[in-house]
Amino acid sequence: MNTHFFSDTRVMFGRTMRHVTRSLDTIITVTIMPIAFMLLFVYVFGGAINSGSGSYVNYLLPGILLIAIASGISYTAYRLFNDLQSGIFERYHSMPIARSSVLWGHVLTSLVSNAISVVVIVLVALLMGFRSSAGVLAWLAVAGILIVFTLALTWIAVIAGLSAKSTDGAAAFAYPIIFLPFVSSAFVPTASMPGPVRAFAENQPVTSIVNTIRALLEQQPVGSEIWTALAWCVGVLVVAYAFAMVAYRRKIA
Amino acid sequence: MAQSHSAIVATGLRKSYGKQVVLDGIDLDIPSGTIFALLGPNGAGKTTIVRILTTLLKPDAGTMRVNGFDVLSQAARVRESISLTGQFAAVDEILTGRENLIMIAELRQVKHAGKVADDLLAQFGLADAARRRVSTYSGGMRRRLDIAMSLIGNPRVIFLDEPTTGLDPEARIEVWRVIQNLANSGTTVFLTTQYLDEAEKLANRIAILHEGTIIVTGTLEELRKLLPPAKVEYVERQPTLEEIFLAIVGSDKSDKKEQQ
Repeated sequence: MNTHFFSDTRVMFGRTMRHVTRSLDTIITVTIMPIAFMLLFVYVFGGAINSGSGSYVNYLLPGILLIAIASGISYTAYRLFNDLQSGIFERYHSMPIARSSVLWGHVLTSLVSNAISVVVIVLVALLMGFRSSAGVLAWLAVAGILIVFTLALTWIAVIAGLSAKSTDGAAAFAYPIIFLPFVSSAFVPTASMPGPVRAFAENQPVTSIVNTIRALLEQQPVGSEIWTALAWCVGVLVVAYAFAMVAYRRKIA
Repeated sequence: MAQSHSAIVATGLRKSYGKQVVLDGIDLDIPSGTIFALLGPNGAGKTTIVRILTTLLKPDAGTMRVNGFDVLSQAARVRESISLTGQFAAVDEILTGRENLIMIAELRQVKHAGKVADDLLAQFGLADAARRRVSTYSGGMRRRLDIAMSLIGNPRVIFLDEPTTGLDPEARIEVWRVIQNLANSGTTVFLTTQYLDEAEKLANRIAILHEGTIIVTGTLEELRKLLPPAKVEYVERQPTLEEIFLAIVGSDKSDKKEQQ
């Protein structure tokens, strides 16, 4: 049965990728919106934000990428939920295919579509004056962190897509995740925040991820923060995957 | 020996959700190459039976064989030899009709997926709409595409769960014709319906599901014998609204089709 896993996953991936590329709504939300945020913060609020030395685009970019990924995965949940609602999920499961390829198709699509929006956003940031002296290794490290981050959020999206009762519910879980970067070091340094907020901001996952990516791009030492960032991403990934499997088994039982 | 001629055999099928008993001991024996209609009102458990027989749901008790394979222990073999058309047309709205068919052909490892798709599109009168997104299709077109998708890979048993619910009379008759053709080609059709006339028109064998059990099963002739003998009465038979509708609307359309 597993002999077809790769070819089945490829078919599923091709299908869901078409859902992304043929949906203007998805493209706007996952690419245009983060770019609009970046424009807004750099050219409207940026002048009033003291992020230390250096350009504000450089400071802002990591947080914008995380927001783009967080809004991207809400569509993963939405697409999965629609498959369950429309009966397509059951049709696949009554067919002689590797059943898990249905989920993996969605997961791969999530990874690839988010990677595309990240690349587009970085290109726009370059036009806006973003510069990095980072070498290939540092960029690879940034890509690696973003991939693990996307995977972790994608499996959260799978839980939401499998267990949601409505379309709105399937997408709504992403809002708190999209909001997290605002209460982190993504837009302003945490030192400017009042005590309890600062304590939250400094100890939530986004800050360590943002700081790590920023340090990598600016060729600063990453210190122990990269391990904190990776621990968060991998930890969330493992827990989310486990719960997603529980939700999946409940669905197909 | 009897089993080798049966496409579907089920004995003592039971399923409950909590305290609610949905299926309370279902027995089925469906010969190969026949159209079997499972008749019952909404909520009678028709879909539950279909989901169990198509390996989507595990029963609480009972044994089932489809095409000779045990549904519980040989689920993968069962899936190779069946096809399910669910209650709601399970087609991908964002893909075109052709892409939907190619996708299923690729998943079923069918060679020349494009040709298979084109043949089916022609056979189901969807050739003109082949490259349009399914979201622009009418209900009847979706259902036809849905059934076309189920034929890929030539499964020996096809499950059709309320295939004509929500269709207009013309689309309904088209679906009936498709089902009839299937049975003529030797495929076993397991059909659920809440329409008496549908079962009467199509099925070789009919079972009536009521409150979790099959209360009668047999051919239409056998079922007729259960009733008191026919009385001769004089009744003026008015045309049904369906007949009037089809006389007015249907004739135009079929002319156009013949012209094409």
